[in-house]
Amino acid sequence: MWSIALLILLPLAASIAVLRAPDPQTRDLWVQRWSIALIAVTLLFGAGCWMGFTDQTLYAIPHWLQTALDGFFDLVGLILAGTLLYLCRRIKWNEWYIPALILTQTGILFVAEAAATHPQVEHLFYVDPFSVLMALIIGVVGGLIALHAVPYMRDYHRHAPEVPDRRTGFYAAILVFLSAMFGVVFTNHIHWLFVFWEITTLCSFWLIAYPNTEEALRNAYRALGYNLIGGLAFAAAILWLAAGSGPYTRELDRLVGAGQLALLPAVLIAVAGLAKSAQLPFSSWLLGAMVAPTPVSALLHSSTMVKAGVFVLVKLAPVFQGTLAGLFLGLIGGLTFVLTSLVAVNQRNAKRVLAYSTIANLGLIAMCAAVGTAEALWAAILLILFHALAKALLFLGVGSAEHLIGSRDIEDMESLVYRRPELAAMLLIGMLGMFLAPFGMLLSKYTSFQAFLAMDLLPGEGALLAVILAFGSGPTLFFWSKWMGRLVARPHRLPSIPNAPPRAEQLVLGVLTALTALSCALFPLIELGFAMPYTQQLAGLGLIPAHAMAIPWETVGIMSLMLGGLFILPLAFWLKPPLYIESDPYLSGANVEGESYRGAMGAERLATNQGYYLIGFFDERRLMQTGIIGALGLGVLMLGSSL
Amino acid sequence: MNAWVAALGFLVFGPLLGALLAGIDRRLTARLQARQGPPLLQPVYDVLKLLEKDTLVVTPLQGLYLWLFLFFMIGAGLILFTGGDLLLSLFALTVSGIFLCLAAESTNSPYSHLGASRELMLMMAYEPMLLVAALGFYLTNDSFRVSVITEAAPWQPLQLLGILVGFLFVLTIKLRKSPFDLSTSHHGHQELVKGLTTDFSGHHLALVEIGHWYENAILLAWLYLFFAPWGPWLAIPIALILFFLEVLVDNTHARLTWSHTLKASWWVTLLLGTTNLLLLAWWVR
Amino acid sequence: MSFLKRSPWILHYAATSCNGCDIELLACLTPIYDLERFGIINTGNPKHADILLVTGSVNEESRRVLENLYHQMPEPKAVVAIGACALSGGIFRPAYNVYGGIDQVIPVDVYVPGCAARPEAIIDGVVQALALLDARAKAHKRRGQVSIESP
Repeated sequence: MWSIALLILLPLAASIAVLRAPDPQTRDLWVQRWSIALIAVTLLFGAGCWMGFTDQTLYAIPHWLQTALDGFFDLVGLILAGTLLYLCRRIKWNEWYIPALILTQTGILFVAEAAATHPQVEHLFYVDPFSVLMALIIGVVGGLIALHAVPYMRDYHRHAPEVPDRRTGFYAAILVFLSAMFGVVFTNHIHWLFVFWEITTLCSFWLIAYPNTEEALRNAYRALGYNLIGGLAFAAAILWLAAGSGPYTRELDRLVGAGQLALLPAVLIAVAGLAKSAQLPFSSWLLGAMVAPTPVSALLHSSTMVKAGVFVLVKLAPVFQGTLAGLFLGLIGGLTFVLTSLVAVNQRNAKRVLAYSTIANLGLIAMCAAVGTAEALWAAILLILFHALAKALLFLGVGSAEHLIGSRDIEDMESLVYRRPELAAMLLIGMLGMFLAPFGMLLSKYTSFQAFLAMDLLPGEGALLAVILAFGSGPTLFFWSKWMGRLVARPHRLPSIPNAPPRAEQLVLGVLTALTALSCALFPLIELGFAMPYTQQLAGLGLIPAHAMAIPWETVGIMSLMLGGLFILPLAFWLKPPLYIESDPYLSGANVEGESYRGAMGAERLATNQGYYLIGFFDERRLMQTGIIGALGLGVLMLGSSL
Repeated sequence: MNAWVAALGFLVFGPLLGALLAGIDRRLTARLQARQGPPLLQPVYDVLKLLEKDTLVVTPLQGLYLWLFLFFMIGAGLILFTGGDLLLSLFALTVSGIFLCLAAESTNSPYSHLGASRELMLMMAYEPMLLVAALGFYLTNDSFRVSVITEAAPWQPLQLLGILVGFLFVLTIKLRKSPFDLSTSHHGHQELVKGLTTDFSGHHLALVEIGHWYENAILLAWLYLFFAPWGPWLAIPIALILFFLEVLVDNTHARLTWSHTLKASWWVTLLLGTTNLLLLAWWVR
Repeated sequence: MSFLKRSPWILHYAATSCNGCDIELLACLTPIYDLERFGIINTGNPKHADILLVTGSVNEESRRVLENLYHQMPEPKAVVAIGACALSGGIFRPAYNVYGGIDQVIPVDVYVPGCAARPEAIIDGVVQALALLDARAKAHKRRGQVSIESP
């Protein structure tokens, strides 16, 4: 219990400390120290839990404290609404819906609060294996990203002198955000969960608007608006739980325990989850959010905040399991997965590739959550972990690369393997981790296939989801490999990069790389420690069908062998490089001085290559429009089938 | 024990089988063109010769990627032939394909790059169908394990008929046959030269060839799996006949563009593979 | 015995020929002569090739290409000059830009005369080159496979 309070309060205290730092140097130092402290505390907490628990533990607190906290959270909610309204002072006329949403949302909550009686809340917090894993991701990845942010933001302002330096607020916002995330994963009180939820929205808004350009501002408002649509659905769910005909409760565990009785509020909260995790039709806010500095993209828009969306979906999975609404939810995820994977093929901007791939993977997680069997949840939980690690690594790596080469275009990262080997190796491991065997994402995909095919609500629905997954895998493979191809290409026109990234950045990237590889090697520990206990606990409560699921040891062995080969072969190559005769590439015999060739009229030209983006083949706008319409239709069906 | 024998057998005889298939293929092609054609063991001679030659590299790292290509190719085969997990084997096969592309990309020369990009496009085209095929096997047997699949019910080939046709379609891509020999070809071509393999020579080219032999053996094993319940005496000839049907297709078709290939294979996957899978799911439940 | 004899892959380069010899050379690959019987493949890529077949008189434009192609062929390798022009410049010999014979630019192993050279003669030339290649392969093996000096 107290460890939860510590986890929530520690980043909060850190942010207050950072706000009160006397000068920038001290502030940077404090950010780093507090981040390291946060990582250490989270690790201790995680280790303690890993050894200690088997079951979900619910916590109650003394009545007087609960009353005080209830009042406090009501106050925070009001302040939040006020702040959001105040932030709306710079909206344009066509963004009128944002204040309208805030007001409606506050109004709904007010109605819910003003009711004569409230559902009693017995347990305010809980700890279960899944939330501990989430806390580990938030604490460790979040801490690492905060560490990386300090040198990164120094460079950021050097590269962009026109951006006003509001770094103190930046660090404070990130730390407040981490605190809110801990709240999201541990609180059992749905109303509080909503407050934490909206705090993350607020932080996200402020951080996207950080560059203070017109574009950043508009994108920040879009992110705010879309998330508020989700927030509205969330508020509606709270109202329904207080006054509707469904379960009369404010506790998450009771909501989940109510099973299909709780379908309508669960679907409403799922809408909030879809908005938060940028699924279609809400996807475009995440792409706009890429204007924010890279640590923000890494932390909020790929490894943690968007995961809060799928976190609640996984939490609510027992409600969706075996319902028609669940099927539609899964189809929304599937549609998002396929379409955004296809669109990612079009992208040259590295951050947009990462953004689309994030949306796609969240779609996959949403699919698993919607299926909701033990295997599917297992896959979803591991996907959340592996994706968080690999994506944080990729985002930060791209950020560092951007500062070194001055561009985030994939084409400009050509030959990075030769120009900055250590950075390229980390990026490559991140990419391999995203889509190739033997890394964890693939194991999760494997399990997803099995889980989908085992569904039995409607004939063929599982096969349909599995086919969607198969079709999404093709383009996924294409856009990652294309990018890897650019990285490993031999250099011929780009200069080498003289300076390395700052030491702190390198350290963080190195740790994340090691974590990506280790999480794969030590995956049985993670599986036995977090994923299995969680699904077993749900099965034990009778919420999902019990299923003896185990990845056979043989599979684990094969994966380990592959992983070994993947690291040992390059090592052997590095230790004893084979000596071959170097020659120029084949240019129809017209070579002049290596890479140039004698072209028409005797002119010398450099032979250059570019990746394929298939712009004429997949049309980003058309695909996304189709996706939005399709997802809206599925969303209506989902809501309709839950009534 | 059996698995060890199978593993060893694949390691040793896999490439031999693959080489023989390639040899027969070349001879058949020659006969279709009213020529006599090379000796049956010509592919073996070719590789032994390549091992005698010097190896020119554009970048030393290309060798690393090629070794990784071979490593994962053999891995995929070992999983398959020891009766292991079909889907896992497919994943390893994909990794191997990607390393071949990386090797070509690493030379950063126009023809290799063109070949590698097209190869990636082809991978994007056939990957869904291969996955659907693996899923089809799972639905009929409730397991991805090859050892279980070989003991399936005798009507498995009928249950998977659509998937089989779709698989044969993408097999043409996988074997780099016309009309889908976009990424590399057995004959030098103006726009492509040797595509993917243009800048490999000597040992490196031998590695690629050996990798393709293993791949031939793996793909033949996939074909065999469809008919495995009928027993080897029926299944092996059928698999071989279907395999060599690809040679006929190769010799009677002109090359398609990548966009046609991509569209065609996705439509086939959608119409034949997916429909078959959905019907099967409905049937099995 | 070296396997080079069993699988000689050729690269054909027309150093500005009148295409007469080239047609004859391609005729060798047709069903009538069927060079693939001997494992011969027309690779079109110097990095895969063992024997370079050159037709036409080499001039200032084609000299560099010829040199590049020759250098991009891995050892052991052989060169066969085909037709009068490749041997000596042929009727183009007096032209101001013609070098007069391939051997002015790269070392030639076998000379196949004729205008145009007949397919039988070309096959005979390739077979002679095979014997040379065999000897070279043995010498190469003795020297050790991998030499680090640049070509």
